[in-house]
Amino acid sequence: MKHVSRIYTALILLFLFAPIAILLVFSFNSSKSLSVFSSFSMHWYRELFRDSETLSSVKNTLILAVSASIISTVMGTAAAVGMHRLKKRYLRVAMDAVTNIPMINPDIITGISLMLMFVFVGRFFGAATSLNFGTMLIAHITFCLPYVILQVLPKIQQMDASLPEAAMDLGCTPIKAFLKVEVPEIMPGIITGLIMAFTLSLDDFVISYFTTGNGFQTLPIRIYNMTKKTVTPKMYALATIIFFVILALLLLSNVFDANTAQTIREARSRKKANHAKKEL
Amino acid sequence: MKKTICVLLSLVLMLSALLTLSSCGKSKSLVLNVYNWGEYISDGSEGTLDTIAAFKEWYQQTYGAKITVRYTTYQSNEDMYAKLSSGAVSYDVIIPSDYMIARMKDEGMLLPLNYDNIPNYQYIDESFRGLYYDPDNQYTVPYTYGVVGIIYDANVVDEADVGDWDLMWNEKYAGNILQFNNSRDAFATAQYKLGLDVNSTDHANWDAALQELKTQSPMIKSYVMDEVYNMMESGEAAIAAYYAGDYFTMLDNQSDSVDLQFYYPERTNYFVDAMCIPSCCQNKELAEIFINYMLSEEPAIANAEYIYYASPNSLVYDSEDYQEELGEDAIAILYPGIENFSELYNEYAYRNLDPDTLSYITTLWETLKIS
Repeated sequence: MKHVSRIYTALILLFLFAPIAILLVFSFNSSKSLSVFSSFSMHWYRELFRDSETLSSVKNTLILAVSASIISTVMGTAAAVGMHRLKKRYLRVAMDAVTNIPMINPDIITGISLMLMFVFVGRFFGAATSLNFGTMLIAHITFCLPYVILQVLPKIQQMDASLPEAAMDLGCTPIKAFLKVEVPEIMPGIITGLIMAFTLSLDDFVISYFTTGNGFQTLPIRIYNMTKKTVTPKMYALATIIFFVILALLLLSNVFDANTAQTIREARSRKKANHAKKEL
Repeated sequence: MKKTICVLLSLVLMLSALLTLSSCGKSKSLVLNVYNWGEYISDGSEGTLDTIAAFKEWYQQTYGAKITVRYTTYQSNEDMYAKLSSGAVSYDVIIPSDYMIARMKDEGMLLPLNYDNIPNYQYIDESFRGLYYDPDNQYTVPYTYGVVGIIYDANVVDEADVGDWDLMWNEKYAGNILQFNNSRDAFATAQYKLGLDVNSTDHANWDAALQELKTQSPMIKSYVMDEVYNMMESGEAAIAAYYAGDYFTMLDNQSDSVDLQFYYPERTNYFVDAMCIPSCCQNKELAEIFINYMLSEEPAIANAEYIYYASPNSLVYDSEDYQEELGEDAIAILYPGIENFSELYNEYAYRNLDPDTLSYITTLWETLKIS
């Protein structure tokens, strides 16, 4: 039985990571082929950094993902706070349902409907082109927002309602109480929401595809458009770099988490020791 | 208090959205929007010319003004058409394929060009003028063209079996043959083999082609599009029909045990991709300047070397540097010296079919793929 479970785990890991391993290996191939590994070379990495079009699409993708995730996190947190404070139950249920719609809606429908709306509004104001960076940003905020709310809302619900009340009792203004007491309390939810929004925006293809306009192309769209001819191994190199950057971020955040957990634990035990001393 | 903040915030967001929406229509700075196929221009990789950067520099030197080029790509003619007909974007130069040009022209989506601004048009070969999609030479400047041929692995295929389309129906190589995974291209191979018209609206014609494809289907290894590169390069399959330009890409990457060769069947498919100006163009003169620049010697040669498709531009195919760079064999294959190109082209190239015929083909294609 133990063997079976080991083999099962190994198989799962294999299927999860084999594609990435192949990509990684062939990004160091000196020729273009995906079937023949000629020799080790950094050729495609050099090529990647010479390809201005790809680099600008990477830049576009990052600008879009960073701004969309920050804006949607701010808006989503505000929305979650507001939704938590709704007095009437039916209103709260209705708000929940409304925020869930963009999440369960297929991307393609969200994409097309957003495009139609942008075109309509653009025509209404007589603009020659209605799709641009702004529309893409609005689209990305739209689909990131529910995920942020979903992360933040439970944290607010878990929070002890008497905490901000106590802060206000001690003289905080409501805003100060919110910023100093509530926000630190729900911070883990906000951070997870931010990271989720960032990754969602980073790799979105379908919605971006419909809402992209003149001259603003993100990386997923650029790679898709390469497929008429072949996708060059430059893209394997790029994917490898992205994979390692994300891996590094993940490790860093884990180390950081472990460290903070450690310091918190130490602080607590010190406090306890002090307490014990005092009592003695 | 909180309410007012919320209202203010949402107002700011809405205003900024409106500003980005309205600002684009009024911008007066020089901007050129180019919409092209992916990987269809020399982009500076591997020491080639970065065409767009070179154009910007050239423009600054010639006209003393700075220019922004917004270059974006599409994956298929249909993608490009959908984007343009949505009315949400405005492009100044597009490079669609022949049948799409015919359709867009019929729908009034293209502007007639002012050829006085495109003096380099004189270098375009006579054979590429007056083709069916633009019979009066009003809307287009050809960019590349290509001819479909058959690629085979000489280590597997016997020289004696080579010739015309029959190779793709040769039972000796059952399990080694690749067919297009695209109804129009797949049916065309059968129609060329049988000597039928690929633009026919007669159902009997398509039924006959379907029969031919059905007899072929047990011998097919798989129906492929892009996968053809890897399967041919690695020797997984030995026979496939594809464009001459793409044959060279495979040749560059073939593994040691594979010896890829190429020939043209007698009747085969031709395509031309041409530069056009769509009706949503904001700066027509600038677009014409760009088209003219693309025809001038340095960028035209760089593009032809990068894309590996044949160029209709005499500055390119007469250039000794270009011929040397590609090598004699490649030139012989890319430029088979077709004397009556326009005649063959008008007879064998795909045209836009009416919706009824298209849906009929789709039905037939499905029955083939199911069986």
